[in-house]
Amino acid sequence: MTFVVERPGMRSLLQDRGRPGLGHLGVSPSGAFDRSALRQVDALLGNSPGTAAIEALDGGLVLRAAASHVVAVTGGVGPVTIDGRPVTFGRATPIRAGQRLEVGPLTAGMLAYVGVAGGLLARPELGSVSTDTLSGLGPAPLRAGDVLGVGTPRPVPHLADVPPLARSGEITLDVVLGPRDDWFTPAAVRRLLQEPWRVSPASSRVGVRLDGPALERAVAGELASEPCVRGSIQVAADGQPIVFGPDHPVTGGYPVVAVVVDAHTDRLAQARPGEVVRFSRVA
Amino acid sequence: MRILPCGDAAVLLDCGSLDEAQGWFATLQGRAEVVLGARSVLVRGDPAAVRDLVGRSTPTAAGATTGGTVEIPVTYDGPDLDEVATLTGLAPDEVVSAHTGTAWTVAFGGFAPGFSYLVGGDRRLHVERRASPRTRVPAGSVGLAGGFSGVYPRESPGGWQLIGRTAATMWDSSREPPALLAAGTIVRFVVA
Repeated sequence: MTFVVERPGMRSLLQDRGRPGLGHLGVSPSGAFDRSALRQVDALLGNSPGTAAIEALDGGLVLRAAASHVVAVTGGVGPVTIDGRPVTFGRATPIRAGQRLEVGPLTAGMLAYVGVAGGLLARPELGSVSTDTLSGLGPAPLRAGDVLGVGTPRPVPHLADVPPLARSGEITLDVVLGPRDDWFTPAAVRRLLQEPWRVSPASSRVGVRLDGPALERAVAGELASEPCVRGSIQVAADGQPIVFGPDHPVTGGYPVVAVVVDAHTDRLAQARPGEVVRFSRVA
Repeated sequence: MRILPCGDAAVLLDCGSLDEAQGWFATLQGRAEVVLGARSVLVRGDPAAVRDLVGRSTPTAAGATTGGTVEIPVTYDGPDLDEVATLTGLAPDEVVSAHTGTAWTVAFGGFAPGFSYLVGGDRRLHVERRASPRTRVPAGSVGLAGGFSGVYPRESPGGWQLIGRTAATMWDSSREPPALLAAGTIVRFVVA
């Protein structure tokens, strides 16, 4: 009941529902960046919601099954094959002992979620096997030669395929202004809501950096460190916004101009460098 | 205290002082998921429900919490020691005496697991954080920023002025509790 990692690709991590509720200890929520893709892969495989899957950055992952299993891939879209035969996106698919599952370079989205019926096993830390890339909690990123245990599968349900991620070229995210929009000039707040923002290659699970016109401050000086959430749009000294992801620092020292509504932060997970993000104010 | 919006799943209580924030944190802990900042408290939950809860609550009076005393041995050879000396007008060895001469108290955690913001130290050590944060700060680094002192529990990015380093283990997930310091703990830095 195991898989062997033959190639980890760009970066592959185990992710489950993460470590919510431990912010007072300085522990970030972590967990799957695209939570809806994790929910889908677990549902397809009959796993309980939040069971760990592999979050593979931009493909390149190769796994070899050491026993017969059922697998599924959701999230980012790219060529997925078992021993060279294409696997339908978002469908539970059997794999036999010795066969290789390969996730090729993604053509839409950034993160593919590879799940196994029964779930992937690792030693939990503070109740989760998620790798927190900022704090180092959880297992190390997957390496070639790693052996991943698989839990006892439940019956795999017969579900319709999950439709692949559609891309229109722009990602619109709803935001609530504040808590510190009054630290910025009215012109800067207008620019945040009107300009196209380009996803920077320096983005990570800690935060997605956006390139665009600098957002100038109305209030100089330092902000006393205050708590942040997944989706907080923090503006550093250089005026460029960063939208916090699941591994965000629990507190931050730069003002947060607006916060992306929680459900829309999953879309951000799939934003590729160079793609355009727009913010739409809902409150 | 002002209630500020923080997305659709939390609000931020903007308090006038750390004492007031600690009072709100103590009142709301156990009734909502709360995270304490330097002058603010994050309360998670539906914003309307949280505003209602806060409206029905009053902050507890800030009292001295007793969390014992921890001694942290420090080798004072940090890369920003001379910069801190320049900024404060002290000699480097006077920075060390100021840092070790007054007891600090853990105000709140955050930033990273096991990272504690320490307050109550020598007022002369008030320096701003570095203009440009370092991408790599080694574990055990002892820093100063904005009137706080703190110890980096593991290697991470960071913008504090680094004056020394310690071998103390600030965080160990297999330890109970995992963090060496908790809110209210008295910290004495000593020369290693």
